[in-house]
Amino acid sequence: MIPIELTVNGRRYVETVEPRLLLSDFLRHGLGLTGTHVGCEHGVCGACTVRLDGVAVRSCLLLAAQADGAEVLTVEGLAQDGELTALQEAFRRHHALQCGFCTPGILMAADDLLSRGAPPSRDEIVDLLSGQLCRCTGYTPIVDAIAEVART
Amino acid sequence: MKPAPLEYVRAETVEHALAALAGDEETKVLAGGQSLVPALNMRLVRPAVLVDVNRVHGLDDVVPDNGVLRIGALVRQADRRLLSHPLLAEALPHVGHFVTRNRGTVAGSIVHADSAAELPLCLTLLGGAVVALSTRSKREIPADELFVAPYTTVLQPDELVVETRWPTAKDGWGYAFSEFVQRRGDYALCMAGAATGDGELRVAVGSVTARPTLLEVDPEHPGESAAAQVEPWGNVHASPAYLKHLVRVLVDEAVARARERTAA
Repeated sequence: MIPIELTVNGRRYVETVEPRLLLSDFLRHGLGLTGTHVGCEHGVCGACTVRLDGVAVRSCLLLAAQADGAEVLTVEGLAQDGELTALQEAFRRHHALQCGFCTPGILMAADDLLSRGAPPSRDEIVDLLSGQLCRCTGYTPIVDAIAEVART
Repeated sequence: MKPAPLEYVRAETVEHALAALAGDEETKVLAGGQSLVPALNMRLVRPAVLVDVNRVHGLDDVVPDNGVLRIGALVRQADRRLLSHPLLAEALPHVGHFVTRNRGTVAGSIVHADSAAELPLCLTLLGGAVVALSTRSKREIPADELFVAPYTTVLQPDELVVETRWPTAKDGWGYAFSEFVQRRGDYALCMAGAATGDGELRVAVGSVTARPTLLEVDPEHPGESAAAQVEPWGNVHASPAYLKHLVRVLVDEAVARARERTAA
C-alpha cells in the first residue's frame, strides 16, 4: 500500500492506496465522487477526464499513487455554493447534454481549453471533442455551448 | 479492465530509475502512460514493477543544440515549444486527442513504436535518434536502427530513453506530413511525410509497413513509386489495394506541400 496526500476540489485527503488503483476508481470508490464517469478505461471515450494541477487528463490512465501531492479538480468542484459556472450554464441553455454520461468529462476538458488565454476557435473546440465521445446530442449544441463561453 | 497487481516505484532521479530497471524482475517505465496504462488495464502487459519517471528532474527541456532539437523524455506532446519544428507542428495535432496530448510524452510515443503512430514516422523522416541510458551503458540509437517491428525496438529492458533528438529544419527546406484516419485522433490507416531541399527528397511512410520506412522515390512520380515499394497486409478497415492507393495519394500530397514550402 502507498500513502498519498492530495487535494480534491479544495479538500485535503490523506489515504493509502493499492499501487494498481486507477485515479478514476479512487475518486469514485474511495472518495465517493461519482461525477467522474468511467466508460472505456483505455483513454478513448473521455468520460473520466479531470484536471490534475490544472491540466485536463484521463483519470483512467493515471494511478492514484501518481496523484500524490497534486490538486485534482472533478466536475463536483466546478459549481460553487450551488452556482453553476458559465460553462455549465451554457450547457444547460444549449441543451448540450441528454443522458449526461459524457458531460463531466467534456466540461473538465473544455474548462482546460478555455483557461488557456486566447479564446479557442470553433475548429479547436471540434478538435477537443474528437476525444470526448457523446452518443446523444450530435455534438452541435456542445460546440455551441463552449463557443459561447469562449466569446465572452 | 484493471491492472494486475504490481509494485510501484517512484523514481526521483535518473540514477534511481536506472537502478530500479536493472533488477531481475520484469519492469516497465511509466511516463505519460497514454499507451502503457490502457495496456495495463487490458492486462496485455503485466510487469512486476512499474518505474514511474514523472518526478525525475531534468527531463523536461527542449533545447536546440547544433542543428538538433533535444527533447527531454518527459516533454509532453502538448508542449508548445515543440511547435518550433515545422514537421512536428504539422504532425502533433494528429497525435491522439487534446487531453491525451496533455499527458502523453514525445519519447513515450517513440519507444512504444506503434507502426501507426505519427512521431516515430517523423523521427525516421528527419533521421533523428534517441539517447538511452542503463547502469551499464549510454548509447545514441538512430531512428532507422531503433524501430524493428510493431511495438518492438532494439531497446533493452534495463534501458531508459532520456532524450529524443530531432534534426532541426534546414534553411530553404520544406517539410510536410499527411495522414488518413477514419476519425480524428485515431491511428492512421496510412501516413506519409516528406522533406525536401538542396536537390534532395526524403519520403517516409507508416501504418502500411511494420515500422516507419524511408523510401527512395522517383521525384517525378513520388506517390506511384512509393506505392510500388510497399506491400500492405490490409486489415478489417481497408484492403491491401486501397492502402496502396492511400500511399500514392498521401505521398503525392506530402511531397507537393513540402515543395511549396521550399519555394516560400
